[in-house]
Amino acid sequence: MRKFKSINKFTRTGIISYLLVILGFAIIFPLQQLGLINHSLSGQLVPICTYIVMALSLNLTVGFLGELSLGHAGFVSVGAFSGVIAAAGLQDKIAFEPLRLLIAVIIGGICAGIVGLIIGVPVLRLRGDYLAIVTLAFGEIIKNIINCLYVGVDKSGLHISMNDVKSLGMENGKIILNGPQGAVGIDQISSFTAGVILILFALFIILNLVNSKSGRAVMAIRDNRIAAESVGINISKYKLIAFITSSVLAGMAGVVYAMNYSTIVAKKFDFNTSILILVFVVLGGMGNIVGTIIATVVLYMLPELLREFSDFRMLIYAVILIVVMLLTNNEKVKLILSNTTGKLLSKSGKIIKWKGSADNG
Amino acid sequence: MDKMVPYPSNSIVPERDLDKKPILETHHLGVDFGGLTAVDDFSITVGRTEISGLIGPNGAGKTTVFNLLTNVYQPTRGDIMLDGMTTARKTCFQVNKMGIARTFQNIRLFSNMSVLDNVKIGLHNSINQNLFSAMTHLFNYGKSEKAARDEAMSLLEFFDMQDVADSEAGSLPYGAQRRLEIARALATHPKIILLDEPAAGMNPSETSELMENIRRIRDNFGIAVLLIEHDMKLVMNICEGICVLDHGKVIAKGSPDEIKSNPKVIEAYLGKKKEGDANA
Repeated sequence: MRKFKSINKFTRTGIISYLLVILGFAIIFPLQQLGLINHSLSGQLVPICTYIVMALSLNLTVGFLGELSLGHAGFVSVGAFSGVIAAAGLQDKIAFEPLRLLIAVIIGGICAGIVGLIIGVPVLRLRGDYLAIVTLAFGEIIKNIINCLYVGVDKSGLHISMNDVKSLGMENGKIILNGPQGAVGIDQISSFTAGVILILFALFIILNLVNSKSGRAVMAIRDNRIAAESVGINISKYKLIAFITSSVLAGMAGVVYAMNYSTIVAKKFDFNTSILILVFVVLGGMGNIVGTIIATVVLYMLPELLREFSDFRMLIYAVILIVVMLLTNNEKVKLILSNTTGKLLSKSGKIIKWKGSADNG
Repeated sequence: MDKMVPYPSNSIVPERDLDKKPILETHHLGVDFGGLTAVDDFSITVGRTEISGLIGPNGAGKTTVFNLLTNVYQPTRGDIMLDGMTTARKTCFQVNKMGIARTFQNIRLFSNMSVLDNVKIGLHNSINQNLFSAMTHLFNYGKSEKAARDEAMSLLEFFDMQDVADSEAGSLPYGAQRRLEIARALATHPKIILLDEPAAGMNPSETSELMENIRRIRDNFGIAVLLIEHDMKLVMNICEGICVLDHGKVIAKGSPDEIKSNPKVIEAYLGKKKEGDANA
């Protein structure tokens, strides 16, 4: 155990998070195959996986870069719908489902990344809370654009319209995106395995990035912008790198999420979803990878577990959130926790204590 | 302004640097904040391996000069030549890439990160690692990280800090934090390092160690040092050229001995002798 503690804390976080995900998969996958998991939980597996990826990617912006983003669901949405369109377009051409999903995920990631670039270039040059405001607006804009977008596919290729289905002008084509009704007739090709692979991919990218020249530059900007600039770090460039990486991963998560359902509407990715992801990040700990994974799983399952309270469900959910937040910021509770669970659990996941958490105590 | 303009009367370049071009020159540098002129007509010349001092009473504009030299503020008038090249219209990080490194009056470390990582961040621009190898840890990642680690450790050894390499930077004692900030600045491979009150808050033994370190920096790295300091013992001991600033204007320049006996300097620090005082 002592040897484990002595290794680099980045490496330690990496080992713990990979183990956590693989262990979870190793336990749940056989149970699912044997049919030992009830139907409602089984249906939650892919969403949980994708929400973990969304939270991990948002943690890159909020925890490591130190910029608040309130429109993360917007990037998920861009990824989801572009991925769905890509998958539908390729349905006849590629029969092998995992490959089709992979291509859809890559296209979704690229589209979300391009949107991230468009938003990031002007906004990340500014100091202060502008990113929060712009991303907030962006999330709403994307929702409304997709709400009135009609996309169909036929032999001659993709047809896009902003008016109605008729103006697509297709002959015997298939409608992919039907305005306010959202994407319809999605082939459900994503699976729990795909979700877990995506988590591992996101972990691989984020953990590697954090422990590299670029990641150090990103964290330096968060910790002290002026000092970072004084040692020759191009602030705008590294902010943009972190933000685009975050958008790409969010877009990829969106594709896997959307391909799990037969229909998906733009309204699913609204402001509430952005806040939900942000809650996962804040409660898991900013810049804390392991914490984010655990918080996402627990908080996503919580409303299901509270189902017996029926009408008071969300009230109790909110109370639990507040209590957890107060307790995790209490020095005495922290001390008790670290004494009982041993230093391993309390310190391992924590990459860097976020500035804000120290002030609240 | 590509041509170098000599300033023979102002020059405080030491003899050993005379055959070379000076590393840093400012020509009639000035900055206004609204209607307030913070610095005006600031012209100095710093030799390639010179230790020079910038002194003056509180509020004289010394730190503003540093902020002008590192382009934190854009000068209203005049220009800055670093090694014969103008730094006008460059951003902070570009100026650092050109060869000006600095420390801050109120220490600005990345205090949640390890001491080693602080120096590694200083090495940022000399680490040969692209984004792809950073994200995948493939190709030259291992080699570049090892090179960075080795160089960072040798810099820490230079300041006798190799034992605390893995500690959190914010947990270091004050003097060590100052040393770490200098090490981080040196990691950027500067041609000139600007030290903003390096001895502030230090006891006499720490100060004499700092003096020794500043000399060693100059001798080992062959770079120029420009420092702001209130500790006159330090300034008079190690600086080869001194520039005195008062109310944003240069009031005296020269060797430590010249400065010590300059009536204008004495007046700026101690105030003007009243007419009647002589009789009292």
